Amino acid sequence: MKAKHQRLTLVVLALAAVGGASVLALSALKDQAAFFYAPGDVKKDGLPLGRAVRLGGMVADHSIQRLSDGVSMRFVVTDGVATVPVAFKGIAPDLFREKSGVVAEGSFNPDGSFTATNLLAKHDEKYMPPEIAGKMHETKTLKQ
Amino acid sequence: MIAEAGLAALWFAAALALLQLVLAALGVWRSSRFSVRPELVEGHRAAGERPPVAQGASTGSARTAEEGDAAKRVLTDEIMAAVRPVAVVQGLLVLLAMLLLITVFARSDMSVLLVAENSHSDKPMLYKIAGAWGNHEGSMLLWVTILGMAGAAVALLERTLAKPPLIATLGAQAAIALGFYAFLLFASNPFARLDPAPADGNGLNPLLQDPGLAFHPPTLYIGYVGISIAFSFAVGAMITRDVGPAFARAMRPWVLGAWIFLTLGITAGSYWAYYELGWGGWWFWDPVENASLMPWLAATALLHSVTVLATRDGLRAWTLMLAVVAFSMSMIGTFLVRSGILTSVHAFAVDPTRGSFILALLALYIGGAMLLFALRVGTVKQGNGFDFVSREGALIANNLLLTVILGIVLIGTLYPIVAAAFGTQLSVGPPFFDKAAGPVALVLVAVMAAGPLLRWRRDTLAAVFGRMTVPVAATGVVLILLATMSGIALLPMLGLALSAGLAVASVAPLWKRNLRRTPLFTYGMVVAHLGIAVSLAGMACDTAFTQATLVAARVGEPQHVGPFTVTLDGIKPVIGPNWSALEARLSARRGEDGAVFYLRPQSRYFANPVTVTSESAIATRWDGQLYTVLGEPDGTGRWQLRLWWKPFVTLIWFGGALIAIGGALSLLGRLARGRRAALREAYA
Repeated sequence: MKAKHQRLTLVVLALAAVGGASVLALSALKDQAAFFYAPGDVKKDGLPLGRAVRLGGMVADHSIQRLSDGVSMRFVVTDGVATVPVAFKGIAPDLFREKSGVVAEGSFNPDGSFTATNLLAKHDEKYMPPEIAGKMHETKTLKQ
Repeated sequence: MIAEAGLAALWFAAALALLQLVLAALGVWRSSRFSVRPELVEGHRAAGERPPVAQGASTGSARTAEEGDAAKRVLTDEIMAAVRPVAVVQGLLVLLAMLLLITVFARSDMSVLLVAENSHSDKPMLYKIAGAWGNHEGSMLLWVTILGMAGAAVALLERTLAKPPLIATLGAQAAIALGFYAFLLFASNPFARLDPAPADGNGLNPLLQDPGLAFHPPTLYIGYVGISIAFSFAVGAMITRDVGPAFARAMRPWVLGAWIFLTLGITAGSYWAYYELGWGGWWFWDPVENASLMPWLAATALLHSVTVLATRDGLRAWTLMLAVVAFSMSMIGTFLVRSGILTSVHAFAVDPTRGSFILALLALYIGGAMLLFALRVGTVKQGNGFDFVSREGALIANNLLLTVILGIVLIGTLYPIVAAAFGTQLSVGPPFFDKAAGPVALVLVAVMAAGPLLRWRRDTLAAVFGRMTVPVAATGVVLILLATMSGIALLPMLGLALSAGLAVASVAPLWKRNLRRTPLFTYGMVVAHLGIAVSLAGMACDTAFTQATLVAARVGEPQHVGPFTVTLDGIKPVIGPNWSALEARLSARRGEDGAVFYLRPQSRYFANPVTVTSESAIATRWDGQLYTVLGEPDGTGRWQLRLWWKPFVTLIWFGGALIAIGGALSLLGRLARGRRAALREAYA
């Protein structure tokens, strides 16, 4: 094989590899990216069923209920517009509490409730997740 | 006064970096005007291998040049000779600034804003010192300190490269440093005072209060910065149009060194996250983790292509491109981690000006490098050719696959940021990365097993299949064994089978060789590839065989996980240097009649700043780890416990260490050989 041809083949291969990576990545992203929802979004846009999503908002006051197995709990997430009941089994993060921000990872059920596989709580002010900061800010402006 | 002295040292270092850049630019420009272009002496050089050190010697063929040129050349030489000492002094000054910052932290001088915000007089000394880089400004100063010292090391140690590319390299290094000095001095001054000084500081984020903080950031930074040196070499070679084996040999130890430190940094960071977060996972595809993985992937590709360039004089343009990409990745990593665009314990402060500043630096350097590459790639000569079935061919496959994985990780990491800019909030997590990058990684492992068994230049497929019989058989046997066990997912099953094949294949290059005469860098390759096999086996075992249980346990009630019986004996309060905690005592036993041992997971409460963290307790056995986390009380006398039995999970980090050791062996081998070659030449 001539050197020039070889060089050309390599360039084509490299481009094919990068192109293949992009196609692979973008198609996987379509299925796998977890979109962020606030309870109000669900009310507006309908339930995103059958995919992993994040649900963010405030834990409603007096809504945390611990179940008798000791490791499961139910609580309600609100953004001032709508509410979503959430079920979670696991160890809640240290700063998870009522009237405080939370992001729940998991999926919606057909009845409109949410099953969380993981909870992210608001850390101190310095380390507040932008999702929470953004959504809480939005909520405030909505109330005004 | 200490803080002011530190700031002064930083300003002087920045001024010297500017001087270094100007001198280098002037020297390189003059040498290209007043002497013979390097490409004209290339034939000359290829025969002699070592380029002439003094520029005057290479101009022998240009005797017709005017007499005045001789004087100009002397001046050019003098300008270039000044660059090295300037680089050394710059490195020393920035080191002084870093040491002064550590001093104000060690003395808990609360009149310095950074100390007041990030330290507390109660903290143990280790965390006072490590706290100097456990914040935004300090970590950037550490970055530029390592950069300055690496520049000084190049100036002092690099002896084989011709003068113009070396001076151009130091100039590129100064240009990078200058951007970071500007960032520190104008947007992140670590020495700013606070008036009036508070009585005490805010304290360090408790998650960072771990011995890991003392080692993890410096290790990763050395890796990032080492890549910037490799990049500077590439820029130097492009500017002086001197891309060949000599440049590759000068660059290789820096790439290897950077790669070793990145490997160590990633391995240590992974283990730190594993025990500190208490989630039982060892890799979360967190953007910050990806920020360290992407430079590693690019550096791994570069490491292999630079070998082709150094030994076979092939892949010239590709190696330059990879050096640019690797540096871009470490810059993107720095940007992601330090701009506050991400949410993590690493994103110290959300300050939009800083983010834009780093973004501007990023655009400037990456854009500049890409432009230089585009302008000069046409003048890079075609290297040596080869067959596709050859060691070179396998290394190209390795490079392409690594690039594909890099592309996937990059897209997955940046996608949420781009989407956020368009007003959509989403996150990309493990399911995406596992699904998209996992299969490509397995193909890469297969290529990796075959690569070292191929000959350089040309080989035949039949011979390769012959040499691959035993590794393929090992893969097959393991695959059949695992298939008979039920309930193992496809990906971990393939991972385990391939790791067995790779382990066999990676030691195969030593087969029937005289082990004493085998060069050290061959051992390095064997150990590093074996490390990948070991690490992959650990990952696959963790995914396939981990057993977990989550319970609300009463005192005295036995719980079961894997082969272990774990009983909660009781909970008691304990007091640490700057925290208090609830500590559980768990007694664990393996099987029915194993010896009883104790684990003590804690739930820690920090007062400065107010934070609660879970401290997991881990028992390590030869065949895995028992991992325990204490949760909350449920109010009726029960405590949440999370227990994992993770067979062979330790192989992940053991493999990582092997990879780094392999890199170190290779580096030693290369340095020793380079030294011997230099001695031979000196006495010839």
